[in-house]
Amino acid sequence: MDAIRTEGLTRRFKDLTAVNRLTVNVKRGEIFGLVGPDGAGKTTTMRMLSAILTPTDGSGWVMGYDIRTECAAVKDRIAYMSQQFGLYTDLTVMENIEFYADLYGVAKKGRRERIDELLNFSYMHPFKRRLAGNLSGGMKQKLQLMCALIHTPEVMLLDEPTNGVDPVSRRDFWRILYRLLSEGVTIFVSTAYLDEAERCNRIGLMHEGELIAQGTPSEVKKLMRGRIIAITSPEARRIAYLLKSELEAVSICIFGDSVHVVTDSPEKTSVSAGKIISESGLSADSIRSIDATLEDVFVSMLGEKRASAGAEDEN
Amino acid sequence: MRDSREKASTSGLSARRVFAIARKEFTHVLRDWRSLTLALAIPVMLILLFGYALNLDVKNVPTIVYDASGTPESRDFVRLFGGSTYFTFVDRCDNHRDIARAIDRGRAMVAIVIPTDFAECVNAGRKAEIQVIVDGSDANTGRLVTGYVSAVGLIYYRNLVVKRAEQAGGGAVSMPVSVEHRAWYNPELRSTNNIIPGIIAIVMMVIAAILTSTTVAKEWELGTMEQLISTPVRVQELVVGKLTPFFVIGFLDVTVAVAMGQWIFGVPLRGNAALLFLMAAVFLIGALSTGFMISAMLKTQVLATQIALLSTYLPTLLLSGFVFAIENMPQAIRAITYFVPARYFIAIMRGIYMKGIGLDVMWFNALLLSLWALFMFALANRKLRLKLD
Repeated sequence: MDAIRTEGLTRRFKDLTAVNRLTVNVKRGEIFGLVGPDGAGKTTTMRMLSAILTPTDGSGWVMGYDIRTECAAVKDRIAYMSQQFGLYTDLTVMENIEFYADLYGVAKKGRRERIDELLNFSYMHPFKRRLAGNLSGGMKQKLQLMCALIHTPEVMLLDEPTNGVDPVSRRDFWRILYRLLSEGVTIFVSTAYLDEAERCNRIGLMHEGELIAQGTPSEVKKLMRGRIIAITSPEARRIAYLLKSELEAVSICIFGDSVHVVTDSPEKTSVSAGKIISESGLSADSIRSIDATLEDVFVSMLGEKRASAGAEDEN
Repeated sequence: MRDSREKASTSGLSARRVFAIARKEFTHVLRDWRSLTLALAIPVMLILLFGYALNLDVKNVPTIVYDASGTPESRDFVRLFGGSTYFTFVDRCDNHRDIARAIDRGRAMVAIVIPTDFAECVNAGRKAEIQVIVDGSDANTGRLVTGYVSAVGLIYYRNLVVKRAEQAGGGAVSMPVSVEHRAWYNPELRSTNNIIPGIIAIVMMVIAAILTSTTVAKEWELGTMEQLISTPVRVQELVVGKLTPFFVIGFLDVTVAVAMGQWIFGVPLRGNAALLFLMAAVFLIGALSTGFMISAMLKTQVLATQIALLSTYLPTLLLSGFVFAIENMPQAIRAITYFVPARYFIAIMRGIYMKGIGLDVMWFNALLLSLWALFMFALANRKLRLKLD
């Protein structure tokens, strides 16, 4: 039995289709990443799987329980962490944890130890008497994770848990997730950070309510058409602008100080790109062929999607 | 790794969850001075305000006298007014212009004009006409004062008849018919006795509804609801858990109100105090549920508070029989008052306070009040949805 399974899961808000015929399955004990830009439908998916939002169409099961009809059974087995901070800012760290422990019916016996363990593991012990409203962004997220973890869930649904969190806290956060994974918990996490997606067992790329690809990170990378030429230069922006008008390529986009050119014939493209750059008086630090990152895959797939959507519009 | 822990939610409602929610709500109130003020200081203020300001008694009415007769007879007559606590002489004058000026400036509310031929008429057994001018801009006081003046006139007349008869036939004579009125339950006709039970109802209804009107809306606004409903918490647990602290606060308010009635306003409690508190508890449940329901439906704090205030304060003040007697209302309005729950509560409170009667007499009011409370509680449960859609 899969930990999570959906078939044609759909949610519409008036004219907007937030999630469109999503079919996905998450195996027990794996960490599955739902990746996509803002507005892709990640949060809506998370909410439906947590049984707090009713699907318009399609069906879904969490640990075998129907998310439409068996809400109580689903909620008993999951830990959901909303994207927005959802705890009480006028209660202390401990009060928030105790409150959620009571809601989940965590036995008083052994609770103390469980809380201590969570506090130690997240380095939150010194702050347990602090009001939640006075915590930093990263600590707030960790507190929310602790409240969700207090009842040892079977499936965790984490909606962009590291959004707006500093890099150190993000590393802490992933350390906690990996430990849960080793305990057999299934984790379904959404993120807009592609480097986080690479840490997942499997990922699903989501765009405008639809799942456009799914598989292991390396499988997804293979889905990409062509190879990538990375041109590193302080003038990346101008180079990208120039190449877009002069160079034949699948896609051209900027990642920081480098321009990624996707092409079917890497040798030929790098030579002509070098020529165009030097002829226009610009200079590149390096031009080389690289392995695709998930970011590249994502950008190129979105490009293809847009191109095909454009073609459909013209017809 | 999966333990055989019992899943609490599959075995129905959990007292522990109710308790956890109640404790959390208590903490919210205790850490927010605004809600604490609203819960405890405002009721006391309202009772003081209503208790002192809404005094419908008329005493020490400023009176001016124009005695054109200036005879022992007319002085006797004027003395009768001076002897009553209802009138206080502020001035005497000898023309109508001064009267007009005194009433215009609000120095006097009543003017008594005794005609020049007063003594002659009285002694001759003819009809003597006294003119009484009342400031009618305050209709209620004006009406009461007119009544008082007539009463004083009657007393004078009676005294006169008795004196004459004694002079004529010797021996004591009594009036053939005499009307002695006695106000039951409130012998001094003090309006405070009537008002305090009503104020308790108003304060409870309004404070209770406002207190709970933010409790659900706040969680939606702050985004804590999304996290909360992802847990196995049940609707009934959330309703009972959230209402409990406010019930305790409301009950505290009732106790304070009753104590203030007893010791500050000197309103005697004739009936059964236990019954009073029981009925207050029923009324509180209804009022708290009303606010909760509004909060669950509207999902925004400001709107919920305003609707709660409007929908409880005005009907309770105007249509409950607190200020205006229901019997004097037009038929259509009277029909509406049956939907104002405070009507039943105020009737019960007055019954207990002033008449000392119990459920054997007031069972129907008590029944309707309980039905309303039950209905609102059920509605609060029904309107709270644990879904985002």
